[in-house]
Amino acid sequence: MTGANVLFDAPGPRARRRSLIVSIIAGTLILAGIVWVLLILAAPRESSGGLVLPGQFDPTRWDIYANPAIWAAIGGGVVRTLQAALVAAVLAILLGVVFSLLRSSHIAWIRIPTAVVLEFIRGMPVLLMMLFILLVASTGQYWAVVSALALYNGAIIGEALRAGLASLPRGQREAALSVGMREMQSKFLIEFPQAFRQMLPIIVAQLVVLLKDTALGFIVGYNELIRTTMYNLAAFVGNRYLFSLFFVTLVIYLIINLTLSWFARWLSRRTASGGRKAKGKPIDPTQGLLVVQASAAAQEGRQG
Amino acid sequence: MKRMRIALVAAAAASALALAGCATGGGEAEPTEEEAAPTFEAGTTMAELAEAGEITVGTKFDQPLFGLLDPNTNTPVGFDVEIAKIIAGELGISEDNINWVESVSANREPFIENGEVDIVVATYTINDKRKEVVSFAGPYYMAGQSILVLADNEDITSEEDLVGQPVCSVTGSTPAQKLTEIGAVPLLTDTYTNCLEPLRSGEVVAVSTDNVILAGLAAQNEGEFKVVGEPFTEEPYGIGLALDDTEFRMWINDVLEASYEDGSYEEAWNSTAGTVLPFVEPPAPDRY
Amino acid sequence: MDVVIDNLPRYLDGFSKTLILLAASGVIALILGTLIAAMRISPIPSLRWFATVYTELARNTPLTLVLFFCAFILPYLGVRFDYMILAIIGLSYYTSPFVAEALRSGVNGVPVGQAEAARSLGFGFSQSVSLIILPQAFRMTVPPLINVFIALTKNTSVAGGFFVAELFTIGKELANANGQAVIAVLLGVATFYLIITVPLGLLAVQLEKKWVVAR
Repeated sequence: MTGANVLFDAPGPRARRRSLIVSIIAGTLILAGIVWVLLILAAPRESSGGLVLPGQFDPTRWDIYANPAIWAAIGGGVVRTLQAALVAAVLAILLGVVFSLLRSSHIAWIRIPTAVVLEFIRGMPVLLMMLFILLVASTGQYWAVVSALALYNGAIIGEALRAGLASLPRGQREAALSVGMREMQSKFLIEFPQAFRQMLPIIVAQLVVLLKDTALGFIVGYNELIRTTMYNLAAFVGNRYLFSLFFVTLVIYLIINLTLSWFARWLSRRTASGGRKAKGKPIDPTQGLLVVQASAAAQEGRQG
Repeated sequence: MKRMRIALVAAAAASALALAGCATGGGEAEPTEEEAAPTFEAGTTMAELAEAGEITVGTKFDQPLFGLLDPNTNTPVGFDVEIAKIIAGELGISEDNINWVESVSANREPFIENGEVDIVVATYTINDKRKEVVSFAGPYYMAGQSILVLADNEDITSEEDLVGQPVCSVTGSTPAQKLTEIGAVPLLTDTYTNCLEPLRSGEVVAVSTDNVILAGLAAQNEGEFKVVGEPFTEEPYGIGLALDDTEFRMWINDVLEASYEDGSYEEAWNSTAGTVLPFVEPPAPDRY
Repeated sequence: MDVVIDNLPRYLDGFSKTLILLAASGVIALILGTLIAAMRISPIPSLRWFATVYTELARNTPLTLVLFFCAFILPYLGVRFDYMILAIIGLSYYTSPFVAEALRSGVNGVPVGQAEAARSLGFGFSQSVSLIILPQAFRMTVPPLINVFIALTKNTSVAGGFFVAELFTIGKELANANGQAVIAVLLGVATFYLIITVPLGLLAVQLEKKWVVAR
């Protein structure tokens, strides 16, 4: 079911014209909606005490951005967000490898406790996990954020890798063992590289989630981008700039995340061409996990 | 390690300078940090901090007038910050050697308990439950919960008018608890600047928290809001520190009292919160 | 642990709000997500574009900012609702693309032959999707959908910052009021979340084993 075009005929001239008209109407409506929103935002507004507050696009609501110190502060927030995300990402991948190994172990008393721990990690809000780590392990704010993100996303990546391992043809492992490799050699030299490659887009997509989740660090007072702009800067420059700070923050996040997402798709395309294709190779990374998980589960079901 | 060594060298240099100053100029009454090389009994927290030449202070980064991160200098400013500087100064530690850590309500007690900060000066209300896990020097300021409303609101004049009404405050704060007690409907967010938009739009009728915070909000938005009524609680702000460190606590109390005497307290107030709030006589430290 | 027992009513109060957030946004996200998924495979190109833009925006914005938009900018534009409803709008919007992805993965799991067979019998787009593809896709979709709902359960905790006194907010309140027992208070909060998420997780695993059709 990859090509959706089996579902309908190639549209003829009349259908094309109709769809064009529908598109134009819908597009106009959306555009009108956006203009309406912008107009409301731009309009000055009466407040209490006979005051008239300037509209949201009034220069007095944006003049702080002429101050380089504000940009330095925002830049600091961006750096701290990326710093936490990068370190957490590396740790999450390492943890993911460990988790997937433990989880697919042949020894029950390793496999089952791991499954329980993973279920626990996946079920806890990341916010709460950060607080816990901060309070119980007294790691300081930065490491509380990083380790909570690494644990949670490590659990997810671990599951992805496990599914990737399970979906490999059994012949791969059998061949490795039959040429005299040991269990671990086969895992690391033969199976992991393939599973990893197959799962790469999914892992990158999960890393986008990780990057977004650094925003939760505000709970322990870690000064990432959102805490920097929406809390500390907003308190410093005053409530008048709340909306403009929101827009600036939003745009920065979109730039960072869209770049990463684009990178994920590019990787997905690159790894998809050539190499062994998974069943129903997905176009989009996140759904790939689901498909592979499902087929892995199916295979496991068959085996045992 | 490297940083520590630099700090030590700096502290040593500072105390040497201070000594030299004493030898030549005699003791001028200027309340600067390195007035005299402080000496403390070995083994006390004061001696340890003075020797390390640096101190870690937990404070707010988003509280106008008390503790607010200034993007221009990237250090916090405000009354709490000045109080911390006075204490550090008495330890012979200069401003540059204070490590500021942002303190949020969820991490104050644990940070003190785990020794991650030496002291917390963060609009931190002294209460009995907190005294079970940390101890408090001070109080150094007596705040009280008050009410902020729109400038043209004539209906709300005291806390009794809040019963059954939606009122904005911040999650995990003492005022939020109090609102529930008096029968208001608290709407909670993470930071006080978030409270103003609902107040403008009428989603809430008032914002309620410590009067000093409200004064800061009103000052930032001139003419739009006003603080009404008398404070209806007493919020003694204390300096949080380790539970059993009585020596340190008593010493900070001494420092506070001295700062009341020599005018450095008033100076600290006037340069920060004093810009919008009147000066009131500081409360006597509670030497429990 | 006394703190938790003493404050059980407050925990339950927060827990019920969390459940409402979860149920309401879950249902709305399901509907929105289905619409988006349908748009993404629809014959009209502009609908496909719209769905793509929507998905990209929703997936790349941190939830905190989405909820900020709902709690501050929507009322500014004249959308006056209870903050609970505004939070539900935000959570639904944020969750819907994940639902759409789960659905799409299910649809992609159905062999092309099924659609070809349906088309060759003269079924149109909506007929083949609703009668042939979706019923088969559903089985593959439920386990990943449950995972989406687990994530949603945890995401409701972010709404606490925007005037909804759900479980996590109650936890923070109690932690502040009981400075001597912060960890016990938070363990209580964690337990309540796990009450929702662990059974869901186990259900997902079971369904996955049982329902998935090996192809």
